[in-house]
Amino acid sequence: MNAPRLSKQVISLVLVAPLLLFLVVFFAFPLVTMMKSAVSDPVAARALPATARAVAGWDRVSPPTEAMKTAFVADIRQINDDQLFGDLVRRLNSAKSGFRTLMTKTRAAASNAAGTIDLIALDKRWADPSYWQAVSVAASSSITDRNLLAAVDLQRDASGAITALAADASANKTIMLRTFVMALTVTVACVLIGLPFAMIAASLDGWKRQLLLGAVLLPLWTSLLVRTAAWFILLQDTGLINSALMQLGLTSGPVPLIFNRTGVIIAMTHVLLPFMVLPIFSVLIGIPKNLMPAAASLGAHPVRAFWAVLLPLSLRGVVSGSLLVFMSALGYYITPALIGGAKDQMISSVIAYYATGAANWGMAGALGLVLLSATLILYAVYLRLSSEREARA
Amino acid sequence: MSNPFIRLEEVSKSFGLLTVVEGLNLEIGKGEFISLLGPSGSGKTTILMMLAGFENPTSGAIWAGGKRIDSLPPHRRNMGVVFQNYALFPHMTVSENVAFPLKMRGLPRALIKERVEKALDMVQLGSLAERRPSQLSGGQQQRVALARALIFEPEVVLMDEPLGALDKQLREQMQLDIRDLHRRLELTIVFVTHDQSEALTMSDRIAIFNRGKIEQIGKPSDIYDHPSTQFVAEFIGETNLVRGCVQTIEGGTARVQLPGGQVVFVAAATDLRPNGSVCLSIRPERIKVGRREAAGNNITAAIFDVVYHGDHLRLLARSDGQGLVVKTDRSQPTLSIGEEVQLSFLPSDCWVVRP
Repeated sequence: MNAPRLSKQVISLVLVAPLLLFLVVFFAFPLVTMMKSAVSDPVAARALPATARAVAGWDRVSPPTEAMKTAFVADIRQINDDQLFGDLVRRLNSAKSGFRTLMTKTRAAASNAAGTIDLIALDKRWADPSYWQAVSVAASSSITDRNLLAAVDLQRDASGAITALAADASANKTIMLRTFVMALTVTVACVLIGLPFAMIAASLDGWKRQLLLGAVLLPLWTSLLVRTAAWFILLQDTGLINSALMQLGLTSGPVPLIFNRTGVIIAMTHVLLPFMVLPIFSVLIGIPKNLMPAAASLGAHPVRAFWAVLLPLSLRGVVSGSLLVFMSALGYYITPALIGGAKDQMISSVIAYYATGAANWGMAGALGLVLLSATLILYAVYLRLSSEREARA
Repeated sequence: MSNPFIRLEEVSKSFGLLTVVEGLNLEIGKGEFISLLGPSGSGKTTILMMLAGFENPTSGAIWAGGKRIDSLPPHRRNMGVVFQNYALFPHMTVSENVAFPLKMRGLPRALIKERVEKALDMVQLGSLAERRPSQLSGGQQQRVALARALIFEPEVVLMDEPLGALDKQLREQMQLDIRDLHRRLELTIVFVTHDQSEALTMSDRIAIFNRGKIEQIGKPSDIYDHPSTQFVAEFIGETNLVRGCVQTIEGGTARVQLPGGQVVFVAAATDLRPNGSVCLSIRPERIKVGRREAAGNNITAAIFDVVYHGDHLRLLARSDGQGLVVKTDRSQPTLSIGEEVQLSFLPSDCWVVRP
């Protein structure tokens, strides 16, 4: 009796296996890798194993001990892999600038002479405990919160307490805030355009409705890049919009629409509008047709009937549409990159910079993680609110 | 009617090429319960929609309480409408739904609360005030819709097949409840239905609609006993339509010969003429089985089916090619298929209808 059921389960497993495999390889694995790279910091621990043991008992304020120095020189001599040494220098330099020259100097000295080397004589920076602090922090643990803190403009000071980064040192918080403000602006713009549009579409039928819905859906079937490129052409100073405005005599010179916030908001609103219109539309066509006549028969002026009946009922669609638009807008990259100026870049372009420009996968992962958690928190809030409303309904 | 409250004057309504209501004249008195009865597409709902203001007449005039209302928007007509699918606002509680018309009229909050409580008690829903419509049964939802349509004391209550979605038992209970409310509150009710038994049960008057026109209007008993046309006779209740030829008319009684050769006597209507063809309506319950009426018509028929209906039996019989349905109580001795029986009915039970 169990055999057929078992074979059925095997068959269904086989059927979903390609999807599962795809998800694991192209979604779960990269996600976990990115998240891990945000907190992993194995270079110094791997390159300086003896130093790591020697600094374990150090209080991180007093001058460096002889044991630490000896261990450090021994570790430096051990490193044959230039790649590893480069990574180590980059890691230490990112914690405290100056390590680049210091390490090159020290490695040269260590490989030229055998026996003990007087590090302080070689460079008096080795007498400064703050350099040893950086070495100690980097070597003693292979996981770090450095990237995560830096992603929100924080750092650990010498004593290990969390402090704010200098105002000019990092702009992640500003960019994160800008990302949220821009996503919110786009969401509001989508509601303002999408709600009336969906209402008109839902009130019509036949070919008129199909035409309106087609106008919304058509852009969705075009590549995002193509749509953005189209806006690039339209919004230029000599583009269609500006030449039309100047032809009509509405402006004497071109209105700045590209490489600024206005252009990005216009293009993103257009691109994301279908995700607002469709949920609202599907909610609207589910509203019984006789509610508005009923409100009228009960003495409600059409405007009041709209506020008291149609608008509250369409709100469910507005909320899910807003959520879709807001979440998608948070991750926008191509549109701000092509149409925006330097001050319109969103957090994804910073992530892209760290990932492909600076080869700092740790920071890229940390920023991604911060964006992901912010989005998940918002989503949880939405779920909570909507389930509460359903419970009341 | 000496002083009608609502008057429809030569009202027509067409949608494109399709004429739904044609030259309609109708007067409704204050406190009257009138049913608009007809098959779907007969124009009855369109008339209700024109009364409520959701549709405008193509031509003609509608008067209510001495004022012409056909150009007024629905929210200024002060008519309560009960819709087929209740049309309750799903995002409001029961009490918010019922309070809606008072809120729209800007009544003070305390007064609204008091009147909502009273209205909900009237329909026995006081305990469910804070529920949402989706948490109520169909019958409860319908009672909320009633309370909502009555709370602002409208001059007229329009009901569009309000009981159509309820099951039979609940429907019968609601029929009595609505009739009771009508009497207690002295409401003027226009009730659209396609259910003839509902119309017979509830109405003061019934207007029977066919193809956009009133076929007959009158008290339920008049319409049932004296249908004016073949359509009305068939639509209200069940009937046997018998065609024949008038032979002679003597002393208020006409002698009519049926195609099969049988002769029946008919209480003569005014417009009967010798040698004219005539259509008779004989209600199945008027035909007696198994005995001769000295003063009546007696024909022999063969039973070809007996149908058991619980409280009564229906016999399907045939007499010289003329099929007849007979409704009889169960005190009849057992009747079997193929048996020859004697059927009798009075001349006054043969009602002449126009084709």
